[in-house]
Amino acid sequence: MTDQPLLRVENLTKYYGSRLGCADVSFELWPGEVLAIVGESGSGKTTLLNSLSATLEPSAGRTLYRMRDGEWRNIYELSEAERRFLVRTDWGFVHQNPADGLRMTVSAGANVGERLMAVGDRHYGHIRETALDWLGRVEIAADRIDDQPRAFSGGMRQRLQIARNLVTGPRLVFMDEPTGGLDVSVQARLLDLLRGLVGELGLAAVVVTHDLAVARLLSHRMMVMKDGHVIEAGLTDRVLDDPREPYTQLLVSSILQV
Amino acid sequence: MTALSVRNLAKTFTMHLRDGVILPVVENVNFEVQPGECVVLGGPSGAGKSSILKMVYGNYGVDAGAIVIQHHGEAVDLATADPRTVLTLRRDSIGYVSQFLRTVPRVSALDVVAEPLVIRGVDKAEAQARAKELLARLNLPERLWSLPPATFSGGEQQRVNIARGFITDHPVLLLDEPTASLDATNRSVVVAMIAEKKADGVALLGIFHDEDVRVQVADRIVDVTEFAPKVAA
Repeated sequence: MTDQPLLRVENLTKYYGSRLGCADVSFELWPGEVLAIVGESGSGKTTLLNSLSATLEPSAGRTLYRMRDGEWRNIYELSEAERRFLVRTDWGFVHQNPADGLRMTVSAGANVGERLMAVGDRHYGHIRETALDWLGRVEIAADRIDDQPRAFSGGMRQRLQIARNLVTGPRLVFMDEPTGGLDVSVQARLLDLLRGLVGELGLAAVVVTHDLAVARLLSHRMMVMKDGHVIEAGLTDRVLDDPREPYTQLLVSSILQV
Repeated sequence: MTALSVRNLAKTFTMHLRDGVILPVVENVNFEVQPGECVVLGGPSGAGKSSILKMVYGNYGVDAGAIVIQHHGEAVDLATADPRTVLTLRRDSIGYVSQFLRTVPRVSALDVVAEPLVIRGVDKAEAQARAKELLARLNLPERLWSLPPATFSGGEQQRVNIARGFITDHPVLLLDEPTASLDATNRSVVVAMIAEKKADGVALLGIFHDEDVRVQVADRIVDVTEFAPKVAA
């Protein structure tokens, strides 16, 4: 852990016309730290994630990112080229639907290799070797490297999307419901994989989920959102074991026991 | 130097889903634990023993008071510390053996036990070697080591949990009924392990319902009923 945060969010607010997306969100994220954003549909968590990852332009507030050269930059003031470079190398974005993050009609190997080529790797042998290594790390058999993700199951597609994102060694990864839509045995495998990779690589991550079990397993800290506002935040096990706000208590008490 | 000092701690739960009913748990909780000492929280079920332990680990928030822990030679108040500081305290200074193991799918018992060392930067092979020693000592059959503990019996899971808690050299260690589902042989192993921690200067704070174990490990018993809230009913 270094002694400086990676991301500093100040009073981030997003309106869609007159309708509120998220309001006045501030927090810091440190290297190696995983932050979960939880809340029901429409609570503003995806709006917040898209604003943080510069996919959306906020109505007010700033998101400062510590670049690799140590300089702090407001991500909304970066040039298009600078922003593209961040998105291709230093950041990852894992979408809920793998089809949004993958190119479905090129091979699995090319999906991973493409990110490497974007950072200037031109050696075919090296790219293929790295792609193979990453497929192995996300538990995709080497003999599937030339298949298109169209031919993959949902769980495999999601693992491929993760490999594609992590191959460039990003420092920050955004994840939008990374296990949503997968059946539970596939979810468990993916969660364990993510947990291992995040720990091993020392990534910082912001994970949006409505699943509190996912938050418990993956995150160090969490923020609970309701109607666009962060209503409770803190250490993940503190928020889940001793929820303070009425809405958080409702969320925690609504978990089905098996 | 005091390893753990709890001062004027108070806790209530507000049950918003029950019309905002307020449940007072404890107030004016005051005690200290010195290095090499095992302090046991005593009192009947529902007196707030587990709640105090959870507050000391940062699992429960507190309404008032301080929880001061020696952390790298500095006194840090966990009750008011930010989440990042609490995580650092847990990594380096305060360990916890919970009553139940929270299992993670697909992670082997050996890795569950080794994890606290790996997080602190110890080489994985070395951490696993240490984990094997502890699991062997706690008589967990070797054929289980490579399996995820989700399907283990209560006693087996508890031994995994104990090994995980004891593997580090945290100067403060919290024990929530570590011997509750163990047989006599393994209970005495745990008693011996606690004695070794004490000899190493670790400050222990625990809950032991088993009278026999309590007598063997406790240097002092703090009666939690003294901290019962004095509410006008």
